[in-house]
Formats: sequence, structure tokens, C-alpha cells
Amino acid sequence: MIFWQVTLQFLKGFGTTCSIFALTLLFALPLGLIISFGTMSKFKPLKAVMKTIVWVVRGVPLMLQLFIVYYGPSLLFHVPIGDKFVSTIIAFSINYACYFSEIYRAGIEAIPRGQIEAGQVLGMTRFQIFTRITLMQVVKRIVPPMGNEIITLVKDTALARTIVVVEIIHLAHKISNTLAEIWPLFYTAIFYLAFVGILTLLFGWFEKKLSYYKV
Amino acid sequence: MGFLDVKGVYKNFGNTEVLRGVDFTLDKGEVLSIIGSSGSGKTTLLRCLNLLEKADDGTVSINGEVVIDARTEDKYTDKEVREKRLRMGLVFQQFNLFPQYNVIDNLTLAPKLRVKERKDLTKQEKLDEFEKINVRALELLETVGLTEKASSYPCEISGGQQQRVAIARALMLNPDILCFDEPTSALDPELTGEVLKVIKSLKSGDRTMVIVTHEMEFAKNVSDKVIFMADGVIEEMGTPEEVFDNPKSPKLIAFLNKANEII
Repeated sequence: MIFWQVTLQFLKGFGTTCSIFALTLLFALPLGLIISFGTMSKFKPLKAVMKTIVWVVRGVPLMLQLFIVYYGPSLLFHVPIGDKFVSTIIAFSINYACYFSEIYRAGIEAIPRGQIEAGQVLGMTRFQIFTRITLMQVVKRIVPPMGNEIITLVKDTALARTIVVVEIIHLAHKISNTLAEIWPLFYTAIFYLAFVGILTLLFGWFEKKLSYYKV
Repeated sequence: MGFLDVKGVYKNFGNTEVLRGVDFTLDKGEVLSIIGSSGSGKTTLLRCLNLLEKADDGTVSINGEVVIDARTEDKYTDKEVREKRLRMGLVFQQFNLFPQYNVIDNLTLAPKLRVKERKDLTKQEKLDEFEKINVRALELLETVGLTEKASSYPCEISGGQQQRVAIARALMLNPDILCFDEPTSALDPELTGEVLKVIKSLKSGDRTMVIVTHEMEFAKNVSDKVIFMADGVIEEMGTPEEVFDNPKSPKLIAFLNKANEII
């Protein structure tokens, strides 16, 4: 009986986990592309600034970044403390965007010069070349490393509990304490495993779908 | 004054002078072959003609109209550069087909994008234009003998077939001058023949072509004019008979001897 109650609770908690995951992806994927343009910019000051941002964000623990986004504004400007969930999404999106940006950069820089030149001699605009030629080839190249990073994100969502966002691990902790038993904490692994399993299948399917051409 | 006029083209890469004043003219419908050893500036010259490199000095005119003036090249807007590039077609050594598109889409992608951009056409007119582009693509595929490969992807066809597709793609936008940058150098020997045959078949009427090649026999057969380049200048220029059978400059004689040695 208790098992089913716990399961029901966990499903709710895992809903929060999934929301953090989905919203982070939604914002981090495009933001990462924009950051990658910055780090590849020919305009040196912009490039330097973006590279520094990527260095800092990748160099500081995500947990600290969560604290900075959540507590920072109220400590610095004495504004009321913000929403936990929103802070989580902001911190995660910025953090993951920086990791993604490097994957994008690797993908974009791997496109042979000749592909772009072929577009140029056919009179295509830079935008057309990027959207019609480069981007599709980039997507194919970056599916495996992106998959890695995205799977890491699934589990990183657990960090949100440090600012008391009630996701599955936070819930499990509480339930374990109440029941004075450890199994609910371990039980959460099943949820993560199942979700990552689905994602793995999804990436596999996507990779296969893109296998009709070689880059 | 010819159809294509190239005057005083210079190009440096850092301290290396790659082109040191190249002048030549070509009449409409003529085929020019450019030969010479690696590093003589042949490819750079083609790339300057196609605005893939900015020349440091010189002009290029087509039909009496100055298309490239190195002194003002920095000021060309993106749109101008695109329009100018369309005067020339370029077939690359590495084919550079777009791998994610099938053969027919490789041909129609750029022309369709151009139609899409036009604001003077209604939706229906655009669809009509698309249809014309499709028809033209199929015609050109027939010209290069690849009708049955229309829906294949580049990775599914041989190098020779890929290069023939690339030639058809370059012809889609009807360039005034079609350039080839060592079109068979990336191909296995048994595949070069089919590509050279296609190029030869294009030589008809008013199609002007500039071909950078290492295929001496082919250059001799197909060209109206041959240029031998060495160290960034035109060392010798003339009809195929003059260049191949009566070479005058010692560099050309040495080059031809070496080319024959290999064979």
C-alpha cells in the first residue's frame, strides 16, 4: 500500500523533474547556438567576452550558479527573493547553453569550407547557406554528443533540491525520513532509468532517421 | 576586346605572391584550359573570378561590363557579390554536392531560393517558376546522363556521377562563364573519362568555359585556347597546337616533358 502511495507521490515529483528538463532544453538549445556564434565571431571583443562567459559558467559548479541566481539579486539589490522554479530554469538554461555552444561550435567548424563555397557560387545568401546547408549537417554531426549532454541534464535536475524545488529526489528524501526507511531514495533510480531509456531510444531513432545521408 | 576580359590580376596571401599580373581574353563560346604545376596560381585565379578570393588588383569584365574591380571589391554589398557570382559558375575539384539533398534537390535548391526571394511574383507565379526549374533540372540531368539518379543521394552514387551532378547544378543558373577547378583530380582514373566526356559535350555554340586541368590530352582536344601558368604569371598562351606541339618557354617544355614522363 505504502509502495503505491510513494509511487504516486514520485510521479508528481518526477513531473517537476521533467518540467525542469524540458524547459531547460527549450531555452538552452537556441541560446547555445547564439553563444556559439559569439565564440566564433570575427569581432574580437565579442569573441573574448563570450569565451569568458563560457569559461566561467563551465568552471563554476552548477549548484553554486543555482545559489547565485536564486539568492544573488536579493543579496545585491535587496529585492524580494525570486521564484525557486524560475531561478532553477534560468540557472540551468545558462549553464547548459554554454555546454551546448561548444558542441554546436565543434559541429559548425567541422563543416567543410567547400560546402559553404558551393552555396556561395550558387548565389545563396549567408542566411540561406546556414539554414539550408550548414545547419542540417551540423545537426547530424552533433546528435551523439548532444545526447550525452541531454542525458546528463536529466540527472542534474536533482540539484534543484538544494534551493528546495520539490522534485523527485527532494521528495524521496522527505519520504525516507518520514518512513525511516532508505528504499524510497533508491527507488527514484527506476524513474531516471526509464526516462533515460526512452531518451536513448529517441536519439537512436533520430540518428537512424538522419542516416540516409553521409557528412 | 573579348567576351571575358581579365586584366592585371594580382593576389597575395601574406607575403606569398600567388598571382603577379594575369591578363587574358576569351571570346564567347570559347573553351580555355589553364595548365601548370601545383602552386602556379591556377586555382587562385579561378577563385578570384568567382569572388571566393578578393583580388588585390586588376579587373574582370564580361561582355564589356566590368564585373570585378579589385580596387572597389571591398565595397561590394552582399547582394552585389551574389549577383556577380551568378555570372560565373564553378565546378569544384571535390564536387561539394549537398549531402542531405538528393540529386534533383541539389540542382533546384539555389534557383528555387532565388525565386522565393522575389517580391514581384504572386504565389501562383512562383509555383510556375518552380515547375520550370524542375523541368530544367531534369533536362540538365539528361544532358549529363543521370536521369535515373534524380532521387538518389550523393552518398549513393559514384564520384564520377557526383561530379556530373555538380556540373548540372552549376549550369542551372545559366552562368555566362562556366569554370572547372580540376574537375577530375579527385576521381579514380576509370571515372575521369565520363566526366571529361560530359564537359566536352557542353562545348557547343555559345557556352564559354574555363577549365583548370591536369589532363593534358583532354586540354589539347577540347580547348580553343590554352594558358600555361608558372609562378603566378601566364608563361605561355596560345592554341592547343602552339602550346602542346610547339612550346617555346623553357618552363613549359620542362612541364610537358614531366607530364609525359608520368604517362
